[in-house]
Amino acid sequence: MATYGSNDLRVGVKIILNGDPYTVVESDFVKPGKGQAFTRARVRNLKTGRTIEQTFKSTETHEGADVEDRDMEYLYSDGENWTFMDSSNFEQLDAGATAMADAVKWLKGNEKCIVTLWNGVPLQVTPPNFVELKITQTDPGLRGDTATGGTKPATLETNATVKVPLYMEEGEILKIDTRTGEYVSRVKA
Amino acid sequence: MNLTALQERASLNHQVRVFFAERKVLEVETPALSQAGNTDPFIDSFSVNTPAGLRYLHTSPEYPMKRLLVAGSGDIYQLCKVWRRDESGKRHNPEFTLLEWYRLGFTWRQLMQEVADLLHILIPHLQKPPRFCSYRELFLETVQLDPHVATEAELSACARAHAINIDGDMPAQAWRDLLLTHCVEPQLPTDQLTFVYHYPASQSALAKVDTFDGQRLAERFEVYLGALELGNGYQEQTDSAQNRLILVEDAHTRGNDIPVDERFLAALEQGLPECAGVAVGIDRILMCRMQVNDLKQVIAFPWEVA
Repeated sequence: MATYGSNDLRVGVKIILNGDPYTVVESDFVKPGKGQAFTRARVRNLKTGRTIEQTFKSTETHEGADVEDRDMEYLYSDGENWTFMDSSNFEQLDAGATAMADAVKWLKGNEKCIVTLWNGVPLQVTPPNFVELKITQTDPGLRGDTATGGTKPATLETNATVKVPLYMEEGEILKIDTRTGEYVSRVKA
Repeated sequence: MNLTALQERASLNHQVRVFFAERKVLEVETPALSQAGNTDPFIDSFSVNTPAGLRYLHTSPEYPMKRLLVAGSGDIYQLCKVWRRDESGKRHNPEFTLLEWYRLGFTWRQLMQEVADLLHILIPHLQKPPRFCSYRELFLETVQLDPHVATEAELSACARAHAINIDGDMPAQAWRDLLLTHCVEPQLPTDQLTFVYHYPASQSALAKVDTFDGQRLAERFEVYLGALELGNGYQEQTDSAQNRLILVEDAHTRGNDIPVDERFLAALEQGLPECAGVAVGIDRILMCRMQVNDLKQVIAFPWEVA
């Protein structure tokens, strides 16, 4: 795997830090007139998603992290593993619950996801930005109440719960923004 | 390419030349490709293969300009391109323009005033007079620590207390550099120049060192606008043995990858007149003048597209 000098830590470069894979989000070269140069960076832990500020000495080298993003289709789950397929070569991979995290809430099958692999193993699954899901349970709607702006909880076919406007009924299909987990609009059946 | 930036640079260069013509400082040129390079351990030169052997692109015109001073040039200035390897970022381009000048008989304090006079012409929106502050005062003010007496352990504890994540050990001076760039510089005012002086003796480069309040300190200053360092000035070290010692030690620290400039050292043995000298970064001054925050906005073709 490649190694990087501190000067090569540009945005998007992926390195190993304290045993975890990180991606560089921001980096700047700082140097006092006559002194030691540093690379002052913000890096995101690809396992936890946490971003930290880290400074590197200009003389340090860093091990590159073998991380790649692949477009894959979600097929099915046995409850422990979630199986994805690369539709270009039909290769299948299983992601565990940690890699799935919140993505499980939005997937019912056949969605195109981004699977982030570290050393070939799924590290993180990013669902499509928008998904369309059916309401399986919600309190009876207040028909015609489109003005008060109130919301109520609704359970979706994936068992996720989202807040929806009061007039929404069971069986209706919603568009959800998976990045915020919020209701976007009603989808006309 | 930004036409305004080209016009501003041309008019700035003109103002620089008028400023020095009025003060009877002679414009000079010295070679950009030399047989010896800069031995400073934290500055790396580009080398060029020539039929006459390896030559180094200058990182500042300091050595040959001092040879001119020894030869009797009187006050001189130079506006030229210089090159420093691996310095690239929002405030660095490996190729940049330096304005360097030397004033015979000046003290470093007089030179600070002259730098302020010039910068107030080149950056016309500066209203407030400059602030003059020692390295020690700035550290006490921003990180509540005396940089000259704090131990390596105290400096590193201070960095961690200011939420700086960095792995491994470093010498005390590297911790001072870290605190300076991460904690002190960001606090410097953006509406007035700050002159910082009396650096630790280890940071003297070719400046004179003297004892102040029991500390060995360099008669050296840096000028900032906000966190942006614009220039670096010295009471020039005229003792030729001291100059040799620094160059040889620096070359050794680097692993002797750069030949020491023997022509420069031989000239100093003839006697460098008492003088103060300074170099300022023209591209950064242009950034201040145009109030932009990326060097790429003032350079016609930055490194990546040069």
